Amino acid sequence: MVSKKNPLKTILFYLLIIIILIPIVFPFIWMLMSSFKTQVDIISWPPKFIFKPTLNNYKRVFVEQHFLAYLKNSTIVAVFAVGLSLLLGLPAAYAIARNNMDKTSMFILVARLLPGISFLMPWYIIFSRLKLMDSYVALILSHMLIALPLIIWTMVPYFKSIPMEMDESAMIDGATRTRSFVSIILPLAGPGIVTATTLSFIYSWNNFMFSQVLSRQKTRTLPIAVYNFLSYVEVAWGAVMAAAVAIILPAIIITMIFQKYVIKGLTAGAVKG
Amino acid sequence: MKGKGFIDRHYKWVYTLPALFFVLILMVFPVCYTFGLSFTDWTLTSGKSISFTGLKSYITVLQEPRFWDAFKRTLEFTFWAVLFEVVLGIIIALLLNKQFKGKGIAKTLLLLPLVATPVAIGIVWTLFYDPTIGFLNYCLNLLGLPQSGWHTDAATVMPSLILVDVWQWTPMITIMVLAGLSGLSDEPYESATVDGANAWQILRHITLPMLMPTILTATVLRLIEALKTYDIIYSMTQGGPGYASETLNLLAYKYSFEYFRMGQSSVMLVFLFILVLVFSLAVMRIRKATEV
Repeated sequence: MVSKKNPLKTILFYLLIIIILIPIVFPFIWMLMSSFKTQVDIISWPPKFIFKPTLNNYKRVFVEQHFLAYLKNSTIVAVFAVGLSLLLGLPAAYAIARNNMDKTSMFILVARLLPGISFLMPWYIIFSRLKLMDSYVALILSHMLIALPLIIWTMVPYFKSIPMEMDESAMIDGATRTRSFVSIILPLAGPGIVTATTLSFIYSWNNFMFSQVLSRQKTRTLPIAVYNFLSYVEVAWGAVMAAAVAIILPAIIITMIFQKYVIKGLTAGAVKG
Repeated sequence: MKGKGFIDRHYKWVYTLPALFFVLILMVFPVCYTFGLSFTDWTLTSGKSISFTGLKSYITVLQEPRFWDAFKRTLEFTFWAVLFEVVLGIIIALLLNKQFKGKGIAKTLLLLPLVATPVAIGIVWTLFYDPTIGFLNYCLNLLGLPQSGWHTDAATVMPSLILVDVWQWTPMITIMVLAGLSGLSDEPYESATVDGANAWQILRHITLPMLMPTILTATVLRLIEALKTYDIIYSMTQGGPGYASETLNLLAYKYSFEYFRMGQSSVMLVFLFILVLVFSLAVMRIRKATEV
């Protein structure tokens, strides 16, 4: 409890909190401010805090650089990768939880531990041979390997927390295993599924390395587009920052909406229960 | 219960096989493929077919100073980044573990670096660090300190990258420790207060020991991720200036997709594997040990 008797202590406490939070937030504020600056304002010295905002950077990003197409690509890849991973992962997590298949779960979780590039090199060779480079299929498959272990990681403990009597009582009434899983267990697991979905979506959305190698012009996702933007001869900082805002903002909005679930997902594994 | 269907009798495998099959094809097979390639000196662009050359690539890589530099750099980066993240993360968590106005907002703000796209973060910090127009050199200037080259100078590039990693991932430790703190029981605190223990004694002898499992797990999870750091380094320096910020992951990437020396790149990946697996085994151990 913050001491109520000592106002000086309270003020010091809040000051400390602010000192901690400013460095965390400042890069985001600077990014946002820069995205509304002209190139002249950005390269001026000393840095300007007050300036005449412009929307030209956003115009440049969305109209000239076709960021809507990359936004679409990122969304398609993330939605399909997460959707298909749920389809594979939810029944698997349920069976693992009910039968204590620890080895099976560990086997899938290894994918979360190994460096992505160790799959990426063989994928590159194989997808090239199969003429699947720059295809949604290759990207979705690769992003599924991010989503699936996350779903297993969050859902196995969650299914375990649902008492076994729930499936048994349904099955005594004559329902099949699949029926009781779909109509009884899955609805009960709703919050866990929201956690798994939100986190896998964000991780897929943010992924750089897989898309960097497997996508080209047609399927290029946002992180690659933002990075490529930086390698222009003269860096148009305002436009680059507008692009950074365009990619970070959706992730932040999703996090704000599902904050409780995101925290659950991030802390899963560190804390029991 | 009579006449249970095939799925019901075998649901254990019917439910898990699709996922296992997927992992087998997209993870196990590629990993074996990489392991196999490490015993060849295959170069994708040579046009030659793959031929077994035994330990030749291993010897080439082990004699390459650039590999050992990257190896050392990976460990250094991981060590310093995680050390600062854990210490700062715990301190911030202990501070935030009070009831105060605006706690909800503080927790939301902590989440921002964790979910923001790392490449975009790297780019924002590139502007921050920029030696001529960057905000940080402006701050140094205000304080009357000499300007720094930050990520563009071989002498300061690693600390600069570590700082970005610490900025992005310290909140992760904080959030995990906060979750751990909220799960602690009140009893030991009550009896300690009755016994007249001061705040430092309570922290040292009650809070920290009880938090240990959480701290350990969080640390090892971070260690594994830090070893594999790629996005931020690639987007800020591509391993430069020169090779000054090249870690194993970046080096393996360059060998694979810039030089197309798949055999030698596979050898490096085998080493990265081993590093990550050693740390991962530690996670499993700790998880087992702390499970009641």
